[in-house]
Amino acid sequence: MTASLIKQPNVDQWLVISSDGRVIVRSGKVDIGQRISTALAAIAAEELDVTLDRIDMAAVETGVSPDEGVTSGSNSMQDSGQAIRLAGATARQHMIDKAAAQLEVDPASLEVSDGLIRSRETNRSITYWDLQGDVPFDIPIDPKVTVKAPKDYQEVGKPQAARGLSDLVTGAAEFVHDIVLPGMLHARVVRPPHYHARLNALDETICKRIEASGVQVVRNSSHLAVAGEDEYTVIKAAERLAAAANWDMRGGLPTADIFDAMKSNDRISLPVTDGIPRQEPVPDLPQPPANTVTTLSAVYEKPYHMHGSLGPSAALAKMVGDKLHIWTHSQGIYVLREALAGGLGIAEDNLYIVHVPGAGCYGHNGADDAAADAALVARALPGTPILLKWTREDEHAWEPYSTCMAMDVQASLDVGGNVIAWSQESYGDTFMMRPRNSPPGEGARRLLPLRYIKDAAEDPVPQPAMRYHVGIHRNLEPLYNFPKPRLVKNLVRKLPLRTSALRTLGGFANVYAIECFLDELAEAANVDPVEFRLRHLEDMRAKACLKAAADKLFKGNKPANRGRGIGFAQYTNSKAYSAVGVELEVGDDAVINLHRAVLSIDAGQVVDPDGLSMQCEGGFIQAASWALYEEVKFDRDGVTSRDWDSYPILRFDNIPDIETILIDRPGDPYLGAGEAVSGPAGAAIANAVYDAIGLRLRRMPFTPDTIRAAATR
Amino acid sequence: MAKFKLAVNGTKHEVDCDPATPLLFVLRTKLKLTGTKLGCGLEQCGTCAVLVDDEPVLTCARAVSEFIGKDIITVEGLSDGRQPSAVQRAFIAESAAQCGYCTSGLVVATTALLKRNTRPSRADINEALTGHLCRCGSHARVLKAIDRLAAEGRSHDG
Repeated sequence: MTASLIKQPNVDQWLVISSDGRVIVRSGKVDIGQRISTALAAIAAEELDVTLDRIDMAAVETGVSPDEGVTSGSNSMQDSGQAIRLAGATARQHMIDKAAAQLEVDPASLEVSDGLIRSRETNRSITYWDLQGDVPFDIPIDPKVTVKAPKDYQEVGKPQAARGLSDLVTGAAEFVHDIVLPGMLHARVVRPPHYHARLNALDETICKRIEASGVQVVRNSSHLAVAGEDEYTVIKAAERLAAAANWDMRGGLPTADIFDAMKSNDRISLPVTDGIPRQEPVPDLPQPPANTVTTLSAVYEKPYHMHGSLGPSAALAKMVGDKLHIWTHSQGIYVLREALAGGLGIAEDNLYIVHVPGAGCYGHNGADDAAADAALVARALPGTPILLKWTREDEHAWEPYSTCMAMDVQASLDVGGNVIAWSQESYGDTFMMRPRNSPPGEGARRLLPLRYIKDAAEDPVPQPAMRYHVGIHRNLEPLYNFPKPRLVKNLVRKLPLRTSALRTLGGFANVYAIECFLDELAEAANVDPVEFRLRHLEDMRAKACLKAAADKLFKGNKPANRGRGIGFAQYTNSKAYSAVGVELEVGDDAVINLHRAVLSIDAGQVVDPDGLSMQCEGGFIQAASWALYEEVKFDRDGVTSRDWDSYPILRFDNIPDIETILIDRPGDPYLGAGEAVSGPAGAAIANAVYDAIGLRLRRMPFTPDTIRAAATR
Repeated sequence: MAKFKLAVNGTKHEVDCDPATPLLFVLRTKLKLTGTKLGCGLEQCGTCAVLVDDEPVLTCARAVSEFIGKDIITVEGLSDGRQPSAVQRAFIAESAAQCGYCTSGLVVATTALLKRNTRPSRADINEALTGHLCRCGSHARVLKAIDRLAAEGRSHDG
C-alpha cells in the first residue's frame, strides 16, 4: 500500500459520482505541465467505464483533496495513479453490486458502458448518476479489487489530448499571475543583496514619497515589500524602495572555489549500501583486488543549477479575520500549510491553500517562498487580496538551487574486462529543503521570507537524507552487477548557496559520473561501450531498454565529424528505465551542436503515450541545457546569475531531432517517468563528445571554455 | 497619467495610464488580456510577444505610448471567437506545450514567421524563435507544429 492509500483509504476521498452525469476525481498531485491530470483522468475513466469527457479533475486544495505530500520524485503515477485505479475499480464493483440488488439480477449479468449499467439477461438498466449521484460511497478502497485487464483498455495507453491544452495555446488558461480579485493589490518584495545581509536602515523620506504615490510600504524587520493598485507603479516603487534600503552585509558569501570547498569543508560522510546511507564509519578505499589488470579513477563535477522557471514565482493571499487564504503554484500544499501555520502562528484549520497553475517548476523553486511573501503582506494588510509576484531577478537569485556536486569514481578491471571493484564518493549540499515541518518548526525556517522577519528562526542546518535513493545518493548505487561497490555520500557543510530539490536530485550528477566512467572503462577493456554495459546488467528490462536506444543510435553510418554516445539508468533503481543516445558535432569554435537524440523508456504500463513521450523529450532538453550551458555564478556580494544573459539556457538553435521509443509493459505497475531521461542524457552528451573529438569532459557545463581546458589538460 | 487610444485585436480601446508603462501591463491589467505573459521584464525570454503591424514585438519593456496608431494582436486575437487559428491548432495537434507559460509568445512568433514565409528553413525558424525560451523542453514539439503547418502549405488564417 502506498502512503497515499494508507492516509486516504476511502473511495470518497478520491471519487465523487455527481447526479448530473459527471465524475469528480480528486488527487493530491498537481499538474505542472507534466500532464498528470490527463493520465489520472484516463485511469479513472478506464476503471469506471465512463468516457473521458465525463471526468472532472478537481482543483487540489487543503481540507478536500487527498494529502499526497509533494508532487515530486516521479511518484505521481505510482501514488495517485494506483490509488485512483483502485478507487475506480472499487467504486465500479460497489455500483455493480448495488445495481444487481436494485434490478434483482445476477451481478455477473451486468455490464457497464459510459456509466450505464445494463443487464444482459433482462435488459434492465440504471445509470451511475441515478444510482450513486451525489451519494457518498462510504466504503474503503479494496486493495485487492479486480482491476481491468489491459486487453480491455479503451483509454489507458491510447492517444489522448492533454487536458487544458487548447486554453494554453489560445491564451485563455488562468495562471496564478492572472487572477484578479475585487480590491486586490499588486505586490513586490525587495530582497537584500544576498542571503546574510540584514536591514540597517531605511530612508524614511523615500518611503514617505512612495506612500504619497499611493503605494504602501510593508516592512517586517528585514522583509520589505510594496503593495498598490497599479502593477507597474508597484514595480517602480519596489525599485525606489531598494534604493532606500541600507544593508548590513555581514561578510558576504564565501568565495572559495566550490569544487575545492566540497573536498575541504567539514562534511558528514556515510557509507551507502543497497541504496540506503548507514550510520557507520566509512570504509577505506581498499587496494585493488589481486586479479586486477587495470585500475582507473576520475572526478566528475557539476556546478549549481537553477530551476529557472520561465514565469517568476507568484502567489495570491487574503487574510480575513483569523483566516488566511492562499492561491499558490506550490507542489505541496499540505506541506506548505504546516510550515506556514507554524511560521505565522496561524492555526492550520484557519489556513486554506489551493493550487493554481504557475510556470513549470521541476522541483522546489520559489513557489512556496512567494506564498510566504504574499502571506506576510496579506497579514499586514488584512482584508485586502495581495497578488505578489517575484521579479526575474528574485527568481534567479533567490530560488533554492540544485547543489554543486563532485563524484570521485574508481574501478578495477580483470583480464576479461570485467569490473571487479567499484568505488564512488559523491559530495554536495542538501537537496532536501522543501518546507517540511519535521521536526516541528523546521518548515518555517525553510521558507526564505520567514528568515528576514522579526524574531526569525535561525537558518536551517541540513541533515543527511537517510531514505532509499534520495538526495545526494539518488542513483549513487549502480544498477550494474559490480561486486560490493563502495559507495559514500558526503553532505558538505558551509557551501555558499541555498539549495533544495531540482528534478532528479543527485541522480543527474551520479548517472553522469557512472555512465561516463563506464565508457572510460569500456575503452580500457577494449570493449564496445554498449556491450560493456550489457555484460554487467542482469535485469532483462534494463537490457532491452538499453538495446532499443543503442540499436537506433548506431544504425547507419555516422556522418563525418560526428560523435555518438550513450547513457543508461533506471531511475532510483526502482522506477522507469531509460537509455539515451546522442549524436553531435563539436565545431571548430568548440561549440557542441546536437544533431540527434534517441530516448528509450520502460515505465511499465503506459497510460498517456504522448504525455510520456513529452516528459522524455522535455527531460532530455532540460538535461542537455544543464550539461551544455548552465552554471549559477556568484561572488562575495551575492548571486551574479540574475537574468537569462548571465544564466544562459538551451535555445531553439540547438534542438536535435528527437526520437522516443516507448517500451510498453501492459499490466505491469506504473513506474515514475518524469526524471528518468535526465541522467542518461548528460552522460550520453559527454560520451558523444569523446567519440567526436577524443576529449573526456568531466566538468559541466560543456562550454567552449571547458572543452578548450580539457584539450590542454 | 494620460489617455491613449490603442487598437488591440481589432477593437479600439481608450486607456488611462502613465505613458511610460510598458504595453504588457496595459494589455494584462487594463484590457484583461492575460494570455500575454510577464517572464522577465528585460526583453530576454519572449513570453510577452504580441504582433504589432504583423511583426512580433516584445512588450515587457517598451512604453505603451510607442504603440499608438499601431495594430496590436495578442494571442487571444489570433483565434476567431473560440475557434483556434491554424497555428494554434497545429500546437494542439503536436502537444506543443507543457506548462504553457512560454506558449502564447511562441504561438505569436510562429504566426509572424509563417506570415512572412510559408516554408521557413530551419535557419529561418531558429532566427525567429531563438529569443523565445522554454524551460519544460517543448521545443521539439513546436518544431513539429511548424513542420505540420509548412506541410499544409498554409501560412496563417488569422
